Amino acid sequence: MIGFKEEVQLAIPALRRYARALTHDADVADDLVQDTLVRALRSQHLFLGGELRSWLYTILTNLNRNRLRSLARRPAITVIGDNDAPGASNPDVGGRDIERALAGLVEEQRTALLLVVLEGLSYREVAEVQGVPIGTVMSRVARARLQIKTYLEDERPMLRRVK
Amino acid sequence: MMRDNDLPVTEDELHAYVDGELPADRRTTVEAWLAKHPDDAARVAAWRLQADVIRARYADVATQAIPAKLNLARMSYASRPWKAAAAAAVVAAFFLGGFAGWMARDTSGDLPTAFQQLTAQALDAHKVYAVEVRHPVEVAASDAEHLQQWLSKRVGYPLRAPNLESQGLHLIGGRLLPTPTGTAAAFFMYENASGERFTFYCTRAAGPNTAMRYSGEDKAAAIYWVDDNIVYVISGASERKQLWQVARAAYDQLEPRVTDERG
Repeated sequence: MIGFKEEVQLAIPALRRYARALTHDADVADDLVQDTLVRALRSQHLFLGGELRSWLYTILTNLNRNRLRSLARRPAITVIGDNDAPGASNPDVGGRDIERALAGLVEEQRTALLLVVLEGLSYREVAEVQGVPIGTVMSRVARARLQIKTYLEDERPMLRRVK
Repeated sequence: MMRDNDLPVTEDELHAYVDGELPADRRTTVEAWLAKHPDDAARVAAWRLQADVIRARYADVATQAIPAKLNLARMSYASRPWKAAAAAAVVAAFFLGGFAGWMARDTSGDLPTAFQQLTAQALDAHKVYAVEVRHPVEVAASDAEHLQQWLSKRVGYPLRAPNLESQGLHLIGGRLLPTPTGTAAAFFMYENASGERFTFYCTRAAGPNTAMRYSGEDKAAAIYWVDDNIVYVISGASERKQLWQVARAAYDQLEPRVTDERG
């Protein structure tokens, strides 16, 4: 049988991916993952069984929310690298566009969409992570998709004109 | 008569379809619907493209080498199971400064006396005040900021009433309680839509961290634990699962202290 620590270890790559997509900053993302791991190991005695992966996503999501709250007391800065090349494999929608679109979402919607789309959690699992009913998760995902679609449709023609 | 799969497809179902959350029979219906409704088909295609782009953008992060600072072995201090920590603390495990010394014993069924006393007191306070209709609290939640400042000052550390809205629990307010050792404890009361009450009790104590424990009586039960020299007790109806959920929700909001590098 696989131990608690081994299972946490196996989750690290996915946690890093989720944290990166949440924050768009490699250092901040790894700090979040580190805090999540420390907290998970420290709280091992409180883990009551069940889906360990969901629990880790819950911790990371809560820590990120705390981080955003403390940032909110300072002026908001969204830093997105200017030298990122648009995704070569997909000339229509560059990686940078999607980063900007994600950065423009409110936190709960970004979290819900990323957990569903990027991390493959079920609506029910996301509902547990966010501590809300499934219907709320669905409306967050729907609003996130609508806003990203609008953003990409509005922004891309403008970028083309600039070029 | 309208058959189930003749019902019009909703927006929610389109999302559920994209996310693989739709039952198989309804999936067929949605596919037929999309064939006839190009606008909906275009939206579904756009959502799928978004998902593909998001996955493509971040796929490489999950395949990169894991940086050294995320090495679990370096966090071994934090992961020490509480029993080992308790055993290490056997030399001087005085529970509550000034209280008669209590030696940590490695008998998981046995509880420290002071810890038991605090828990019993929290549960008693719960039973006394939770049924109180007119004066359940000293300071109401409408004055939450003052309440937390006051209790923080008296209990001796910056404390916060956990937000338990996710459990359907609204903060009513709080009060100060004396502990059996003459120190002060903070006591917050919550209520759900059906009028059921839960209380959150916390006070400073010196002792090893413990696992969450459950203590149930007929009509009320408590979950209690020690973390970072604070004793916490959540009391409420004796339905164990619900109480666990409330305790977990409260625990998840206690500020983490990063203990990397030690040990």
